[in-house]
Amino acid sequence: MTKVLLEGSHAIAEAAIQAGCRFYAGYPITPSTEILEYMSHRMPRVGGVCMNAESEIEAINMVWGAAGCGVRAMIASTGQGISLMQESLAELANAQLPCVVVNMMRGQGDYFQATRGGGHGDYRHIVLAPSTVQEAVDLVMLAFYLADKWRNPVDVLGDFLLGHTSEAVEFRPRDERDLPPKTWAATGARGRRAHNVTPLGSPEKLNLSPGSHYGAIAAKLPRIVAAEKRCETGLLDDAEVAVVAFGSPARFVKYAVRVCREEGLKVGWVRPISLWPFPAEAVAEAAGRVRALAVFEQNAGQMIDDVHLAVLGRVPVVPIGGISHDHSGFGVGPALEPANIIAKIRGVYDGQAAA
Amino acid sequence: MTTTLKKVSAKPELLLSTNHSLCPGCGEPLALRTILELVTELDLRDRTVCVCGIGCYTAFPGIIDVDVLQALHGRAPSVATGAKRVLPDRFVFTLQGDGDMVSEGLQEIIHSAARGEKFTAVLLNNGVFGETGGHMTTTSVLGQRTKTTMETGRVAEQHGYPIKIADLLAQVDGAVYVARGAMHTPSAIAWTKRILREAFEVQLAGKGFSFVEILTMCPTDWYVEPGDTPEWVEENFTGTYPLKILKSG
Repeated sequence: MTKVLLEGSHAIAEAAIQAGCRFYAGYPITPSTEILEYMSHRMPRVGGVCMNAESEIEAINMVWGAAGCGVRAMIASTGQGISLMQESLAELANAQLPCVVVNMMRGQGDYFQATRGGGHGDYRHIVLAPSTVQEAVDLVMLAFYLADKWRNPVDVLGDFLLGHTSEAVEFRPRDERDLPPKTWAATGARGRRAHNVTPLGSPEKLNLSPGSHYGAIAAKLPRIVAAEKRCETGLLDDAEVAVVAFGSPARFVKYAVRVCREEGLKVGWVRPISLWPFPAEAVAEAAGRVRALAVFEQNAGQMIDDVHLAVLGRVPVVPIGGISHDHSGFGVGPALEPANIIAKIRGVYDGQAAA
Repeated sequence: MTTTLKKVSAKPELLLSTNHSLCPGCGEPLALRTILELVTELDLRDRTVCVCGIGCYTAFPGIIDVDVLQALHGRAPSVATGAKRVLPDRFVFTLQGDGDMVSEGLQEIIHSAARGEKFTAVLLNNGVFGETGGHMTTTSVLGQRTKTTMETGRVAEQHGYPIKIADLLAQVDGAVYVARGAMHTPSAIAWTKRILREAFEVQLAGKGFSFVEILTMCPTDWYVEPGDTPEWVEENFTGTYPLKILKSG
């Protein structure tokens, strides 16, 4: 398989195309705009549609229409734009419409927005957080598969660094033969009963009152939790401290951990790949091996809540990240400097020694 | 002596049930009936996708024998855009009320028209938020009593002026066909069926965006008897919203 050198944003867009995405709608916003740019010239060449929408709300509802017709559809934005879409992002889950939502964050402040949902009601999006451009390619392809498998939106949570880092990647299409055909889609009712693709329940056509409709969707959630947790760990065998981090900053953490090892510190790392469902068992297992967990995330402390819920007080959980921007405000800040991360890890390593 | 009765009216074949929650005297079921008759007459059932907004008419998707995408309040034109763009050979129409289209979703409808999206947008305009209980929308006419303009009626200084969405859309280059009908008299219904047919044919010919506004009666929230609604429409609505073709490509 040939590798091609691509910027993260373009690789994400190309991965979507190769996963069969044939509808993209976007509204320009840094740092997701390059995905829209790529789609605008690439989509027509594969017979797909790219819409340079007039607002985020219009864009996500265009995705709604395409997805409702059974076509693989994607949208990308950043947290601010995702905020504008929240009503639709909540109700897309109620309408059981598969689609992929890419959030190229400014820093990592949208962890809560993605994993808790910024919208109303009982719903979840599956959330995948790539750490490299190759992994972004793989997870975008996985996202389309999971969206169809569970008939639920899947979010891919990237960031400024991921979007603007160029790496050699290869595209590995998935075997998707186990996916059922989209017999529920609205395509014109030739030769069959008419469909009502709705977030509301449909007593007449679907024999589902609103209560049973929402109940059936909620019943999927524990099945997703059981099936779709993903996590990567390293150097935990003899570790005394483990660092939990996700996304691009996890790459910096891995480097810092290696340097710590060279300096004789017994340190490992845990990288949640699925943020919802959160890989609680993997984090708990790491906690069972170490004196303390350090959590590095570029926000005021969001994923650390899930780490606490996984660990339940068995070991200290220490935040070592924080909000960190340069002058542009896009989340590439001094906290990412390896020397900073190494010093913070050493602080936990030494500071928690007596615990 | 035997009498042969000629059947002049029947339930539209695409109406699965007459069991809906709308009030007696409501104009919306008449509009639905007119649309469904046309879908049958033009043989469009097998390739129709209806995109329905949120209002009293949200009772319809469950009782009509055509595929429906239920949209959120205000968003039907964007959902229809996605649908029509990926299935360009299907017949796509939207159903929205005045609160849905002209209050909540004004941006969507204008942009869809400007892009020349090749679907047909249908507005059911009764000048009130019927589903929530009769509150002012942006199309409530001056002087109209609603739940939120009860003592004074709609007063321009306080509540602003009604938006004539058909007139707005007629200014937009991408809109090919723009017309206004009503459901309050037999002749108005016949007129509306004619303009709906023309709008549908614009879509079927791939010419661009088509739009039909239909004035519908709401006796409950106009505070009149159902039998008095035709007169109410003539006295209060058709001055602001005259029945006519505003643009025809």
